[in-house]
Parts: sequence; C-alpha cells; structure tokens
Amino acid sequence: MSQSTRQAFIETIPVMTGYLALGFGFGIMLKASGFPVWLAPVMSITIYAGAMQYVAVGLLSCGADLLTVGITTFLVNARHLFYGISMLDKFKGTGKRTPYLIFALTDETYSLVCRNATHIPPEKRKHYYFCICFFNHCYWIAGCTLGAVTGSLVTFNSKGIDFVLTALFITIFIEQWRSTEKHYPAIMGAVVTAVCLVLFGSENFMIPAMFAILVLLCIHKEEVSHG
Amino acid sequence: MVNAHTFYAIAVMALITALLRFLPFLIFKGKASTPKLVEKLGRLLPSAVIAMLVVYCLKDMNFSAMSNYLPTLIAGLLTGVLHVWKGNTLLSVISGTMCYMLLVQYVF
Repeated sequence: MSQSTRQAFIETIPVMTGYLALGFGFGIMLKASGFPVWLAPVMSITIYAGAMQYVAVGLLSCGADLLTVGITTFLVNARHLFYGISMLDKFKGTGKRTPYLIFALTDETYSLVCRNATHIPPEKRKHYYFCICFFNHCYWIAGCTLGAVTGSLVTFNSKGIDFVLTALFITIFIEQWRSTEKHYPAIMGAVVTAVCLVLFGSENFMIPAMFAILVLLCIHKEEVSHG
Repeated sequence: MVNAHTFYAIAVMALITALLRFLPFLIFKGKASTPKLVEKLGRLLPSAVIAMLVVYCLKDMNFSAMSNYLPTLIAGLLTGVLHVWKGNTLLSVISGTMCYMLLVQYVF
C-alpha cells in the first residue's frame, strides 16, 4: 500500500464507523419496509446519499409519484450543489478520476476532501482524493448491505428507527453552528421553515420554504468585516 | 413490493443526486472565478438548509397527545446535548435513536 493510500485509509476511519452504522440502519429500515436485500447494494451504489436513502424508503413504500420523488431529492440534496463550488479548484487536474470524485461527493467525503491536503505531495493528490472517495463508498455499500442481510435473518421491532435521520440532522446542525460565526442563515432557515409549516401544512411546506430561504439569502447584506 | 415504478424512482433519485453534484463543475468549467452571489450562497445556504431539514424531520409532531411529541422532544434533546458535550456524531446519533425507539416501543 502506498503512502498516500495508507494516509487516505487512516483519515477515512471515522467515516467508516459512521457509514457502517448509518448504512446498517438504512438496511434494517429497508428490509423492515418489505423490500428485498439486493435493493440495498443497488441503492447505495447508484444513489449514494445517506439522508436521501432514508427518505427514499418512505417514498418507495408509499409509491410516491416520480415528480414528488424528483422534487424531494432536489430539496434534500440541494446542499450538494454548494460542495461542488468549493471543490472546483481542488479537483482540477484529476483527469479521468474527476467524474467519480464528483459523483462520490457526499457530506462526509466533502468534510474530508475540503481540508488542506498539504501533507500529500501534489502529484499524489489525485490518487489520495480517489482513495478517500472510493473507501467511503465501499463502507457505505457494506453498511447498507449488512443491515439488510441482518434484517432478513433476525426479526426485531424496528419501530422508530427512522429517528436516525432526525438525530443525524441535529448533529450536522450543531457542527455547522459551531463552524460559522454568523448564525443568521441557521436561525432564518429554521424560522422560515417553521412558519411555512404552519401556513402551508406538512404536505406542501417544503417548496415555499426553500424558495423563501433562497430569496432571503440572496437579498441578505453581509456586514463587511474591517481589519 | 418491487416493481417497475421502484426502479424508475431509484433512477430519478440517482440522477438528480448526481446532477446536483455535477452542476457546479459543468457551469463553472474553465471559468476563472465564480460569481459573488453564487459564492455567497455557497457559504450561507448549507446552514439554512440543515436548519430546514431539522424542522422537516419534526413536522409530524403535534401537541394533541403526549405520545405525539414527547418521544421526539426527549430523544432530540438527548442527541443535541450529547453532541454539544462530546462532539461524537456516532455516539449522539445512536444514543438518540435508541432512546427514541425505546420510548415509542415501550413507554408511549
């Protein structure tokens, strides 16, 4: 194993534990909703988005129409648009690996590759980024599949397991809060969504909420820090 | 349970997820700098969207009966407090979920 491969592996260990556990929860939930085991690797290879796959189980089991499926995917994953913007420069010159690096840009992968890679020699970086993306993808596929297999071998009451998604968003929210100085976006996002929920009801509030957040962020004037 | 619709739905989810990840690269390919507004949204939107998703997860809470809000409230608080205290995502998520499952299965 080369130095950069080993370095990538060591750095992905925290994601490995997280992905195995979260993927496992997804697999259990998928199986508990009556889907076959092989759907777990199929979904984790092709969709490869943690939170979205939990939402997907709900959408698939109620047979939601494709428009709803598309809009929901857009809303849940819209934040990925902005990961790309900050990776534009880093992924330059990664050659034929670039499409896969972009495809595999999940929250957790982003949190690893957005950091400084000064400890890796420039000529090794494309291999290093590829290893991070590939290892994480493997952990996710393994976790999801193991969960589904376990779910088909042992039956247990999985009622309430969907809370994993709520808990995950709460922890990401806290991380974001800590890593930013200005909390206007977080507070505004929560307030606007809550107001839309009351105004439009739990079936129709997401699109107006998303729209209002976008508009409010666009017209938001940031204080220019002097010094 | 699995039919043609399942595959169409998975294809739509996979395509839109990939599209969202590829779009910035397709739009700004070869451009020297990203527009100011896009750069601003790139910094501010993630926090706002995560806040929106937290509210989205709490949308089915209602205050007509204790069992409709207490499990979410208790497990949510446990997740938040643990995370502020220890900062370990896995610990917070697993503890919160186990707490919620125990509450909805045995208590309420």
